[in-house]
Amino acid sequence: MTFQAGWLRAALLSTTLAFTMAGPVLADRAPDAFKVTDFLLDNGMEVVVIPDHRSPIVTHMVWYKIGSADEPPGKSGIAHFFEHLMFKATTNHAAGEFDRAIADIGGSNNAFTSYDYTAYHETVAPSALEQMMSFEADRMRNLILNDNVIKTERDVILEERRSRIDNNPQAVLDEEVDATLWQNQPYRIPVIGWMQEMQQLNRTDATAFYDKYYRPNNAVLIVAGDIEPETVRALAEKTYGKVARGPDLPPRIRPVEPEQNTKRTVTLSDARVSVPSFSTQWMVPSYHSGKPGEAEALDLLAEILGGGSRSRLYQALVVQQGIASNAGAFFQGTMLDDTSFTVYGAPRGDAKLADVEAAVDAEVARIVRDGVTPSELEKAKDRYVRSMIFARDKQDSMANIYGATLATGGNVQDVQQWPDRIRAVTADQVKAVAARYLVLGRSTTGYLLPQQQAGN
Amino acid sequence: MINERSGSFPSPLVGEGGLAKRGRTRGISAWSRQHSVAHPTVSALRADPPSPTRGEGKARAAVATFFLSVLFLVLPALTARAMDIQSVTSPKGITAWLVEDYSVPVVAIRFVFDGGSTQDPPGKEGLANLMTGVFDEGAGPLDSEAFQIKLDDAGAEMGFEESRDGLYGSMRMLSEQRDAAFDLLRLAVNEPRFDQLPIDRIRGQILSGIIAGENDPDTIAQNKWARALYGDHPYSRSDQGTRQSIAAITRDDLKALHRAIFARGGLHVAVVGAIDAETLKKKLDMVFGDLPQNQALAPVADIDPKLAQHVEVDYDLPQTSLQLAYPGVKRKDPDFFAAVLMNEILGGGTFTSRLFQEVREKRGLAYSVNSSLINQDHATALIVSTGTRSDRAAETLGIVRDVVKKLAEEGPTEAELAATKKYMIGAYPINNLDSSSSIAATLVELQLDDLGIDYMQRRAAYINGVTLDQVKAAAKKLLSAEPTIMVIGPKLAESGKG
Repeated sequence: MTFQAGWLRAALLSTTLAFTMAGPVLADRAPDAFKVTDFLLDNGMEVVVIPDHRSPIVTHMVWYKIGSADEPPGKSGIAHFFEHLMFKATTNHAAGEFDRAIADIGGSNNAFTSYDYTAYHETVAPSALEQMMSFEADRMRNLILNDNVIKTERDVILEERRSRIDNNPQAVLDEEVDATLWQNQPYRIPVIGWMQEMQQLNRTDATAFYDKYYRPNNAVLIVAGDIEPETVRALAEKTYGKVARGPDLPPRIRPVEPEQNTKRTVTLSDARVSVPSFSTQWMVPSYHSGKPGEAEALDLLAEILGGGSRSRLYQALVVQQGIASNAGAFFQGTMLDDTSFTVYGAPRGDAKLADVEAAVDAEVARIVRDGVTPSELEKAKDRYVRSMIFARDKQDSMANIYGATLATGGNVQDVQQWPDRIRAVTADQVKAVAARYLVLGRSTTGYLLPQQQAGN
Repeated sequence: MINERSGSFPSPLVGEGGLAKRGRTRGISAWSRQHSVAHPTVSALRADPPSPTRGEGKARAAVATFFLSVLFLVLPALTARAMDIQSVTSPKGITAWLVEDYSVPVVAIRFVFDGGSTQDPPGKEGLANLMTGVFDEGAGPLDSEAFQIKLDDAGAEMGFEESRDGLYGSMRMLSEQRDAAFDLLRLAVNEPRFDQLPIDRIRGQILSGIIAGENDPDTIAQNKWARALYGDHPYSRSDQGTRQSIAAITRDDLKALHRAIFARGGLHVAVVGAIDAETLKKKLDMVFGDLPQNQALAPVADIDPKLAQHVEVDYDLPQTSLQLAYPGVKRKDPDFFAAVLMNEILGGGTFTSRLFQEVREKRGLAYSVNSSLINQDHATALIVSTGTRSDRAAETLGIVRDVVKKLAEEGPTEAELAATKKYMIGAYPINNLDSSSSIAATLVELQLDDLGIDYMQRRAAYINGVTLDQVKAAAKKLLSAEPTIMVIGPKLAESGKG
């Protein structure tokens, strides 16, 4: 069954880059088997090679440092729309040829768009790596965009929006909450775009976007798997290396939030909802925008406050007080700009939503006032470290960790040193970020309510 | 228990694999919860969630395609060595399939007992689901709190979940702490306490979930669909039960179901990772060796889903969901791989399928459109699903039916078949063996389907041996039937009923 806000959202999010933090440990601690190599091509394309020789497979990803938060005003959705268009014909390959080439070898491919990046990826046998690079380098510059292709694919993204957002009251509310939490920063705009702007996206927009951002000097190549760095370098020079460097892009400096001093609420009542739920979010720094150690402390705060069934929120609300069907917290740290910290909950039994919200607020107030215990902190750190070992079990986890970090202003060392930075966080630092950022008087709360509760 | 679903699409067939359904996993939680970000993307078609059932013919998730595209690539671990599967039998006679691999210091175990939610007694629907929620809520000398603290300290993840036909357990542990982890698993499997307090708490959480779905058109549709296809058969019931049925469940019911299901006779086990056969034998005896020999399962009848019906859930939605059920094919049927190839060509996991091309690529009528073969122990089906703008839903339904009709009448081309064979052979490891946990899950399904420990070596030959005529025959046989069609959304304009 669908549970409330944050729960659902966390579940959705976790399907994609859930592992952004996980992984570094191995790069750091494991011997050469996991030694990561990085270098630059002459045209400015960054390359990261993550060896994993357990099986004859490579994950090949190209990350562009362009996401929905970089879109021009009024053109929301263009980054994601463009991602779809990248699967169309080029001057060298007919539409669908790349997909068929991958299917023919049993490979797998896809792409995704987020606020800060867009990535394209294929998983194939190492012998097909050069072919993948060749196709991928080709579509970096040689896409053919005509109005017919634009129109049909635009219909597809409109359906995508209807299925992801418009058919789902929780998603509609989340979109409005984001637009309320962020008054100025572009994260206020949904990645998929606003419907009325998506409907107007056209070939001119797409071409301008392509020419500006799809350049080797705005891209990061990640290759993880059964391949040697020198081989990757040779193949990359032969394929991507032939693509001309584009003009230097200006630094990614976006509008930032004005000081936030209000408590905001957003309410959606919908006939499809039977169990109410809420979530509260705060603006907090990310790994890129924060001072040293802040994001690490926020990660630990989220884990201790609401990271799972051993967390304070779950134990207090679900187990001890018995008033919630679920409650938790999460933090999205791998972002270029300031990001959000979220707590959420939904009632069970006779409890009211207001009871749950009050109990969540009380736990937030307690952690702000008293901080965390040494034992809680150690356990949370241990959990992160262990989860990173588990993450080593999936090759794409590693590729995604490096890709997302490098596309949001970080570097290879940031990933490799992350476990040590987590280990170094003190209880005082966790308490300090809680006190600094989790202030109820400047937060944004979303309520999803059954219809009859409207106006309450 | 505790489904995490998007609320945006009905399950193709209530059961397994259809939903992004997850057992509760305790222990390490941070890793699955974090950082997020990526949004949508192209491939509706690759968004299969980890499913209790794996391999061809097992319910692929139409539903999950609505989620952000899962980065479901890779297949790192062990493909090459996945062929090296040992059959390990303990002194007490517990057999497990083992893939030994030390490149990551992790051990994953997965097991299943025959008999899932079909074993819920009438009036106690939701019993198996509730039981899966309380295995980590106290066992042996440890109460709920003590058990969960130990599990956290052991750095292990443990989860239980039920399907229609099986009760699954899994655990992922660090090899250096495997003794502590296996010991907790032993307690959970053999001596669950079923204490009243946690039972009532988990029941309350499930009840919230049931209530949350009562006005949700997708949930309503899913229940209606199951009843339409399966009538009074246990497959028509909700895994979670109803308000009334879960209220009626007692501690004695849980104990009785545990006794009936948890026996060596119905057990299948797979283990992957940093453990050798001799050590595993000791662990197998410790965890499973003292269970009774025989299960006491209620018989479940085979059933053919009832076709040629129209099911409507009228609701004013911007996007209409369409679902079509055709006959399926049994796993043991000689035509099985012909049907699998046919389904792949119709609407399988690539961007090149006919439905993808006709509905999405050429016309932009949908983001997600696909077909899946569903194989449960007692029923089979082929399900087509899509979501399309409501004002053109009739048109989309017409196109889907035309694509199906054309494939039924003419079959695929030789070239399509050749390409699909290559895809299916190459994609198997990427889709089924991409981590220790998924390898273990695949090995359990191979055992359930009785396919033999050398199946992966034989599989390519089965696929290559299928002829074009056989695929044409499978298409004609399955796709000529009049499907049951469900429409969730505004009433269709007349033209669509084709």
